[in-house]
Amino acid sequence: MGDDATFEKFKKCAVDVLQVPEDKVVPEASFSNDLNADSLDLVEFVMALEEAFSITVDETELDGIDTIGQAYDLVVSKL
Amino acid sequence: MTERGPRRRVVVTGLGVLASCGIGKDAFFAGLSGPAAVGPQSVGAFDPAGWFDPKEARQTDRFAQLSVAAAALALDDAGELGADPWRVGVIFGTGTGGLATIQEQMILLVAKGPRRVSPRLVPMMMGNAGAAAISIRFGLHGPCETVVTACASATHAIGQALRLVGDGRCDAVVTGGAEAAISRSGGLDPIGIAAFGNMTALSTSGHSRPFDRRRDGFVIAEGGGALVLEELGHAVSRGAHVYAELLGAASTADAFHITAPAPGGEGAVACMELALADAGIGAAEVAQINAHGTSTPLNDLAEAEAIEKVFGRPGPPVTSIKGVTGHSLGAAGALEAIASVLSIEGGLIPPTAGLEEQDPEIHLDIVTGAARAFTPGPVLSNSFGFGGHNGCLVFGPVSP
Repeated sequence: MGDDATFEKFKKCAVDVLQVPEDKVVPEASFSNDLNADSLDLVEFVMALEEAFSITVDETELDGIDTIGQAYDLVVSKL
Repeated sequence: MTERGPRRRVVVTGLGVLASCGIGKDAFFAGLSGPAAVGPQSVGAFDPAGWFDPKEARQTDRFAQLSVAAAALALDDAGELGADPWRVGVIFGTGTGGLATIQEQMILLVAKGPRRVSPRLVPMMMGNAGAAAISIRFGLHGPCETVVTACASATHAIGQALRLVGDGRCDAVVTGGAEAAISRSGGLDPIGIAAFGNMTALSTSGHSRPFDRRRDGFVIAEGGGALVLEELGHAVSRGAHVYAELLGAASTADAFHITAPAPGGEGAVACMELALADAGIGAAEVAQINAHGTSTPLNDLAEAEAIEKVFGRPGPPVTSIKGVTGHSLGAAGALEAIASVLSIEGGLIPPTAGLEEQDPEIHLDIVTGAARAFTPGPVLSNSFGFGGHNGCLVFGPVSP
């Protein structure tokens, strides 16, 4: 599981790409409902995560991902 | 007089402009009597935060930002249109679209490979991004299209908008153009300035001097200009301020060379004559010409010859605002249309800044020094673009 530093790094990607306040980046936040993110935003966000964590995320792995928590778990599973 | 078809009368009821010499119609027109442009002209005072939240700003190329900002100013100036949004269109021009975005993403492609290219690249760089952003922002459901004819883009866009309103498809159209080809991007110098410079179109001295014997190229600029065109009866019934009537428009092609104007300017001559015919007026009725006047050796001479063929020597007073604004490419026709409209409203022809010694080969009555008073009458606005595209508009005071 990730530590605080990992989540901070993850959060910075979300803030930079989605242009949302830090306090909105919480595990239960939904990309579409709470963070006003469309499908292109998600692609950009994943690209930022790939770059920041030196990981590779396949497009199919994004199916069913709708919350910050789900995305964070996916990242952590690859570290 | 040439017979005109049963076209509805089309008037200008809103103006929005962002140029290096001023943002907003009043500052812009006052700025046209300011100093000549030296070096690339950015709209330094433009703050996207006035129109976009941070995320939107990040996802919108500067040319589309300028498109939306110009449209917002024009629609605000026009007031509540009270029109069916399905009968309000957007016809907007740009020469190069999102050049800075392409440059930035190309650098990423080289440095980090295809997986790091932004999924926003296409919707940010495409030429129609400006028109699309305007229709989305203001909920306008009529025809939404982009005209790309280099430096004639905005003039052709305004001409198309005239047809849409005149033919009855639309009650109002937001039209004009925007350009932003001079921004540094991805940490590198702007590719637009490099390219125009290498084709020897840009002034090597950095000075804009339309029709001057020492002119040596154009001064590149960014900018955005928008006009709200509206059917006359619609405008009058809602009590709108009517600036001027758009009497006619025309478009022709040189069919000669991708960058050089045709010798003798036959494409430009034909375009001016067709515009006058479309407006239903004769050459003698034209009270002012707002020239393309880029300050390049080739354009200014060819345009002067073409004007002389249509209007005789010296013909009506001629001005080129590019002395002040520089050349904003796909936005230029909109800036000049707005200058023409404000010139009619104020009875003043802005001067051609930078012109100190008129080229002895050019026999036009060019307004220099200070703005010149004139009795408002039809104003012809010319634009000519790489590709051999010619565009002309004729504005006039609204007669009863």
